[in-house]
Amino acid sequence: MFADYSWPELGAIFAMQGFAGLILFSVFVLMALGLAIIFGQMGVINMAHGEFMILGAYVTYLLSNFFADYVPALFSIYFFIAMFLAFIVSGALGLLVEWAMIRHLYKRPLDTLLATWGLSLILQQVYRSVFGAREVGVSIPDWMMGSLPLTDLVEIPINGIFVMVLAVCISLGIYYLMFRSNWGKQVRAINQNRVMAGAVGINTEWTDRLTFGIGCGVAGVAGSAFTMIGSTGPTAGQLYIVDTFLVVVFGGAASLLGTIASAFSISQAQSIMEFFLSGSMAKVLTLLVVVGILMIRPQGLFAMKLRK
Amino acid sequence: MSDETPKKRSTGLSRREVLAGGTALSAALFLPKNLKAADFPTAEINTTGLAVTDDTVTIGILHSVTGTMAISETGSVQAEKLAIDQINAQGGILGRKIEYIQEDGASDWPTFAEKARKLLVNDKVASVMGCWTSASRKAVLPVFEQHNGFLYYPTFYEGLEESPNVIYTGQEATQQIIAGLDWVNQTKGAKSFYLLGSDYIWPRTSNKIARKHIENFMEGCKVVGEEYYPLGHTQFNSVINKIRLRKPDVIYAIVVGGSNVAFYKQLIAAGIDPAAEKPIVLTISVTEDEIRGIGGENIEGAYACMKYFQSLENENNLKFVEEFKKMWGDDIVIGDVTQAAYLGPWLWKAAVEKAGSFDVDKVREASPGIEMTTAPEGYVKVHENHHLWSKTRVGRAQADGQYEVVFETAELVEPDPFPEGYQ
Repeated sequence: MFADYSWPELGAIFAMQGFAGLILFSVFVLMALGLAIIFGQMGVINMAHGEFMILGAYVTYLLSNFFADYVPALFSIYFFIAMFLAFIVSGALGLLVEWAMIRHLYKRPLDTLLATWGLSLILQQVYRSVFGAREVGVSIPDWMMGSLPLTDLVEIPINGIFVMVLAVCISLGIYYLMFRSNWGKQVRAINQNRVMAGAVGINTEWTDRLTFGIGCGVAGVAGSAFTMIGSTGPTAGQLYIVDTFLVVVFGGAASLLGTIASAFSISQAQSIMEFFLSGSMAKVLTLLVVVGILMIRPQGLFAMKLRK
Repeated sequence: MSDETPKKRSTGLSRREVLAGGTALSAALFLPKNLKAADFPTAEINTTGLAVTDDTVTIGILHSVTGTMAISETGSVQAEKLAIDQINAQGGILGRKIEYIQEDGASDWPTFAEKARKLLVNDKVASVMGCWTSASRKAVLPVFEQHNGFLYYPTFYEGLEESPNVIYTGQEATQQIIAGLDWVNQTKGAKSFYLLGSDYIWPRTSNKIARKHIENFMEGCKVVGEEYYPLGHTQFNSVINKIRLRKPDVIYAIVVGGSNVAFYKQLIAAGIDPAAEKPIVLTISVTEDEIRGIGGENIEGAYACMKYFQSLENENNLKFVEEFKKMWGDDIVIGDVTQAAYLGPWLWKAAVEKAGSFDVDKVREASPGIEMTTAPEGYVKVHENHHLWSKTRVGRAQADGQYEVVFETAELVEPDPFPEGYQ
């Protein structure tokens, strides 16, 4: 396979392939963080996660049209506003959903699965009715398109770098919220012992709602960022849901660090195998390995140590 | 572009087909334009209990308007309704207005089969315009054959099928692939090809035909890679690196659905600009419909091989596009399959009038040789194998989301659903 190539060419290809793996890693982290918060900290299986992401993508779409029509001068930076707005809108919907639906189902975790799945179908049809069944094209500012030539041979996609930076920022933000803020302390307390947490005066209801909202908001930001690399349509959220759950479950549901470690290992494995094998085969092998490891270690890579 | 004279039409046909076509043509000529229902007593033109009354005939429309496939199938539904409206405005079929019952296949293949059964058994529809994916067609096929229904199927597909109960108004694979490959080889001097596709029957069969053609029929040409990704795959950076490594002259892409958007966006982000034609991007899976999702600026310069582009400049098409927009709004785009779906009701009308009956057996018998001179794509004719003779065209994607037609075959291309030497 490599016989005909010179060393610099091979080096360039491998460097770019390394970046491809890192980009995939960032994409996985962005997808999974929102779900990891909700699933890991609250035990709610949110099947509508993909639809919250797409809500963020649609917000970006609307805003790109708005800026193109009314304030073209600021078009080059609209994306940042769109991501912020996506966080607000998806988060707000998350709060509403928690209040209207999820909070009634905390004692029946399997029912949340059904209920959120139903919610995902409803949201898909709402998008279809509002935005049409066809995918919409989101215009991206020029500076975010194209690639950055590092050397003559190595070219790095700019949107990939953008996704990587965003993944780092959001991970840091969540780390701060989780481990340095009052809210994070409360979430972790509730996670360890809900009754006791309530007894010492933590407003568990409000904390739950906020957690769900933040998880959904992060999903919205991810969806907004993915308009650069993927499609925006009513059912596009479904494209992400399997990978997302895979990453979260493999990482160990309750651990954010585990989510990141699992995103890293799955993305690297997949990207390397995709390069040497065919795409479908890479996917099959990745799934097999993950299933195999989960059979030996059902709690995932990183499990929180709890006294049961 | 559309300088089709009747003389030109018959070239490329075998003698038998010329004769068959001739009789069809003369039959069509002698039929009066406005047929009166009273001249065709219902009892005589409908001996099998179809939903035909003295002034109406009911047909079915069976597409997904919900679920994943709604993206693609919406255009077909719109085209079929437009054709039905136009036929009704002209006085209907055998003096009867067409009414339709629309069912939703919901992107779910068993649902398609169930709805097909409902349309045929409960509603007794005289024909059905429907299905989009091969999977949905395969699901309804036994139902149509069991209950002797008649289906007009609009999508370009992989071939390897010829049902007495289906008329295929889209291209089978060889019609879409071979002329395009020859074109890119002859005009662009392309020698090496990287085949890429979503992982299911249509891209795999199509790439198989493409590979056979490249290796066996195109001198000095070779396939340097062939690869499939699961449906819905959204990360193409690895394969793009692989493409760089192999340096093909042509990326032959049959990626579908949401993956399409991801693929072209990532291609351009990785510095492979289709407009630079290094390598050339040639696809058979991106119509004007898909470009809306991809964004014209992301695919500008890529070539697509189809039989119809919205930008075709002939009178039929100008009129068709105008009326389509009048009915469905100015911002709509019309892709290859949408046009093929539009042909369905018209071809059925012609077959019914030629047969002088709505009976499925008679319509089937009348179908081969039916021709349509008012087709937006120009001129089509039903082959004995129930597929259409049609031209193959290559278009170059523009930033505005339309294609500029850069090539079309001089003759109609014969449909060949079971191509020898390509299996």
